[in-house]
Formats: sequence, structure tokens, C-alpha cells
Amino acid sequence: MSMKRARGDRVFWLLAFFSSLSVIVMFTLLFYELLSNSVPIWKDGMSFITGMVWDPLKGLFGAFPFIYGTLLTATFAILLSTFLGVGIAIFLSEIAPSSLRVIISSIIELIAAIPSVIIGLWGIFVLAPFVRDNLQPLLQHLSFIPLFSGKTLSGLSMLTAILVLTFMVTPIVAAIAREALLMVPEDLKEALYSLGATRYEVVRHVCIPYARQGIFGGVILGYGRALGETMAVTMVIGNTPSISASILNPGYTMAAVIANEFTEATGDVYLSALIGIALLLLLISLAVNLVGRMIVWKWQQEG
Amino acid sequence: MKKGMKMTSIAILISLALLFAGCAGGGEGERITITGAGATFPYPLIAKWADEYDKITGGKVSINYQSIGSGGGIRQITAKTVDFGASDAPMKPEEFEKAKGILHIPETIGAVVIAYNLPIEGRLKLSGEVLADIYLGKITRWNDRRIAELNPDIELPDKEIIVVKRADGSGTTFIFTDYLSSVSKEWEEKVGRGKVFSFPEAIGNRGVQAKGNEGVTAVIKQNPYSIGYIELAYAIQNDVSFALLKNKAGNFVDANVGTVAAAAASAAGKLPRGDESWYGVSIVNADGENAYPIASFSYILVYKDLDYMPEQKAKALVEFLKWMVTDGQKYAEALHYVPLPEEVMERNLETISMIKW
Repeated sequence: MSMKRARGDRVFWLLAFFSSLSVIVMFTLLFYELLSNSVPIWKDGMSFITGMVWDPLKGLFGAFPFIYGTLLTATFAILLSTFLGVGIAIFLSEIAPSSLRVIISSIIELIAAIPSVIIGLWGIFVLAPFVRDNLQPLLQHLSFIPLFSGKTLSGLSMLTAILVLTFMVTPIVAAIAREALLMVPEDLKEALYSLGATRYEVVRHVCIPYARQGIFGGVILGYGRALGETMAVTMVIGNTPSISASILNPGYTMAAVIANEFTEATGDVYLSALIGIALLLLLISLAVNLVGRMIVWKWQQEG
Repeated sequence: MKKGMKMTSIAILISLALLFAGCAGGGEGERITITGAGATFPYPLIAKWADEYDKITGGKVSINYQSIGSGGGIRQITAKTVDFGASDAPMKPEEFEKAKGILHIPETIGAVVIAYNLPIEGRLKLSGEVLADIYLGKITRWNDRRIAELNPDIELPDKEIIVVKRADGSGTTFIFTDYLSSVSKEWEEKVGRGKVFSFPEAIGNRGVQAKGNEGVTAVIKQNPYSIGYIELAYAIQNDVSFALLKNKAGNFVDANVGTVAAAAASAAGKLPRGDESWYGVSIVNADGENAYPIASFSYILVYKDLDYMPEQKAKALVEFLKWMVTDGQKYAEALHYVPLPEEVMERNLETISMIKW
């Protein structure tokens, strides 16, 4: 009997071990493929990363406009999403009556499940004209800030991409932040209430500090999603590889240029430039994750 | 009641028997599948051909075509992972070198139209030079003197032009840039021809790039005062206005089956042999009173020596190609493709007769 159990255990151990090993193998292979297939573009070294001009017809491959567009749109989107998502999570976990909580939670999950191409269509047909006709006139009052200094004729701009990404990422942040906030022990909160604290003070001094690791995890996950989102972004960003301080101008992202140009990329250098961009995107996502881990780890050290 | 049930069960038995017979037929290996991959532009037409050819051969030959893009089609036929490739542009010299013994067979003709969204009465007229300068960023407003000169009867709005182009690499873009290069020296020097191109600096934030014909169409429909280029079939199906273009003979022509075929026919005498390089073959800005200026062949790519595939399959492929460039052409027009002129059809039959297995 015990023999049998031991053997069963062993099989189970092996299965689990190889399952986890497969992740490492797949990741290594992926990394190797991206690196080996992008060799021609790294011959010029850093000039690929810092290059400002992307013109395949002239053989000019500079990745910087895409890196810029990706980081700019994803960062603004995650800032907005964190604000909105944590707000939603606090409302759901601390304020909302349970009937409302169920309704809003399921709507959030529904939004998270919308395929990105559908959000992209909504972006083209609804959001872009709204940005062009309604949001832009408002923002023009702020045009002394470089961020809002440009003008979009079509509504297809980095701002539209930021809004689309915010819409896609907020449900992720909200859902994870809500779970984290629900883990805050009731007695801690009640202790503070008994001292006469307001609801704001309880949220501010107990809930957020207690749940910050979980909330931050959601933010990192959302940031990863925003960095890699392809379809919805390419449909609304205007796909122009230029570097502009104004989010009212069109831009381009790394994921979008790969999706757009890969199928018709002829020539070895062109192809390797696109694969090089894929490698850079992978490295950026990795870096974001690593930094996130380190911050969480530091918090854990602090207790 | 009882009789009805009996009939039903007989019917079920018969259909089951037929089903099994069908399976058995497939199992004997009589059915030949020819695979192809490449350009997205001819996909609807090739799909129609596959469907019709399946019927004609009684299900013995099936064509499996994947529209993965011309670049992918060239890569796959070079690696011989498919039986035929398809491309909207002829192979470049270096690609032609890599695929020894490749044949170019133009299978249909595509036209690109200049779509616009303007609150005007009547059709906009444009010339190649004006179009090139719009895309170079030298003409920035609709009421520019040079556009007005071409359209004396139209009151043009005093608005900035939103210039739309494809973001993804595409044969449509190749045809368009090929045309602009042939009518404007400045375009040829500053931008050039290719499946992708970059907007000149002067376009600035008036430029928008969208994915696919559908993306460009959506942007144009959404934005008054925009201009862009899309395939003829797409413009007709989506009811988008498109401009009359001034051709080499100086006439303003509409894009339709007749005018595009006229462009192809005028170039037919100058075509290379099927096994030569077709690089540089172009029917844009063609001669002919009635020739529409932005048109191009789309090509099937196949090897001259088919000894790398089973004999049965090679025979079936050759038969299909013959049918495609002759009888198959009658399906083109209903799908807004332009059938090949007689001269091109004959050149194709010559090319196909070079194939050995």
C-alpha cells in the first residue's frame, strides 16, 4: 500500500517537475529564436535602438519611435487605469451594497472578456470621432503644455490609444485590487473605526497599505497587457513612426509594427529588424516584471 | 405513420451508406490537394476558382489557398513548402535568384482607386502629378489652385487634406507607389516604390496609416476631407467615392473592368517570357486612350520543374493552371476583378507549356 502511494507520489512529482521545466525550456527557446533571427540588425549595435527613422524602402531601421510610442501609451494608460481601477475596487470592497457589488463585478469581468479587435472597432467608429470633435476642443485650452500641443485631424492619435488601453486594462487592475482589498482583516478595520476614524481614513491607513502588494501585482499585470496589446492599438493610433511630445499626434507601437509589416517583409535585414523589435518588446516586458518583483520583495523585507 | 417511419429509416440508411462510400473514396488517395499561399488581393477569386474546380473535377482536385501575404507566398514557394505561390508584385532580382526555375503567370489584374470623402457635387478629378504632390505634402489644402484647375466645376472646401495610407506591407501600396514613381520624378527620388513607404516629413500630423483595405476605408468614411488609396473591388463594395484620373493620353478615366483591361492590353506586347525575370514589369500609367493608370498584374508563381512532387499532383497542377488562365477567367468580373486580355492569356499558355514533371 505504502509502496503504491510512494510510486504515485513519484509520478506526480515527475509530472509537476516536467510541467514547470517546459515553461523554462519554452522561454529559453523563444529567447534564442528571437536573438538568432535578429542577428543582422544587431550588427550596427545600439544604433538600431536609438535610430529615429524607420523607412524600409531606404533600408533605414530605427526602433526608437516604436519604443517611445509603446512606453508612452502604456504608461499613461496604466496611470489612468490604476487610478480608476483602485477606485472601483475600493467602492466594491468597502462601500457598495452587496447587490450592486455583484452587478458591477460581473460587468467588469465582461469588459475584460471583450476581444480586442471589437474594442478596436469601437475605437475607430466611436472613440476617435469623439476625441476629434469633443475632447480635442477641451484639451486645446491646455495647449501650452507640450503634451496637448498638437492637433489631430482624424482622431486617430496616441490619446485615443491611451484611452482604448485604459478601457482594456482597468478591469484587470480593478479585479485584482478588489481581491486584495477583500483580504484585509475585518478586525483591523473595525479597530480603527472604533477609534473614531472616518471611512476615508480606514481605507487610507489600513486597507491600501495592507493590500498594496496585491494591488501592485495587478498594476504590473495590467502594464504588461498594455505594453503588448496589438490589435486595438493599431486600429486607433494612426501608425506613424514619429516622435512627438503631444499625445494628440499619431504614433506607433512595437507590437503594432510587427503585426502590420511582418507578412510582407521581404529582405533579410527588414525581417530581422522586425524580429529585433519583438526581442526588445520581450526585454521591456521582462524588465517591467522584474522591477515590479523587486519592489514587492522590498516591501516584504520591510514587513 | 408506419410507412413514414419506414421511409425515414431507409433514407437514413441510404445517406449513411453514401457517407461511408464518400469516405472510402477519399481513402483510396484519388483526391489530390494542391496547396498555394501568398497575396491577399486575389484571395476571393482563387477561392472561387477552388470551389468551381472542385465541382468540375468531381471533387478529385481540391485547391487549398492561404492568403498570408505576398512576402510569405514568395518565401514559401522558394522553400517549396507549397505547390504554388502568389504575389502582387513580380519577384525582386535577389528573390528570383533564390528560386531557380520559377515562372511568373499573371492570373488576374488589380486596380487601385483614389478614394475620398468630400461634401461636393460630382466626381473629383485628379492627375498623377497632383496626387504625388498631395502625398509628398506639397499640396496641403483641398482648395489648392492645382486641384481647382482640374476641377473647374466643383467648389472645393478650404480644409486641410487628411492623407491616408496603408500601415501594413501590401501589394496595393506597391501598385500605388509604382504609379506615383512613374509620374513624379520627385516621388521616385524621395520615396520610391515598395510594399511599404514612409510619409515624407511635410505630411506631419495630416497623415494617418491604417491596417488593410478595410482599415483605410473605415478611416476615409469616418473623416471628411480625407483621401486614400484602396482596391477597386473594395471601393465598389463599400460604396466609397473615388476620383477620375488623368491618364497618359490626357483623358480623365473612371476605374472599371474596361479601362483596366485597356491598360493591360497596351502592355501585353512588351511582356517577358514566363521563365525570365518579371522585375520591372508594370502596367501603371499605360498608353491607350482609355487606359486606367493605376493597375497591375497579380502573379501565380510556380516552378518549371515539378519533379519534386508526385507525378499525379504535377499533372493536376498544370491542368488547373491552364483552366485558371482560360475558362477560369469568366468568374473574375462578378467579383470585380479584371479578366486577362487575349494576348496575356496566350503568353500564359506558352509559359505553362514549359512546365515539366
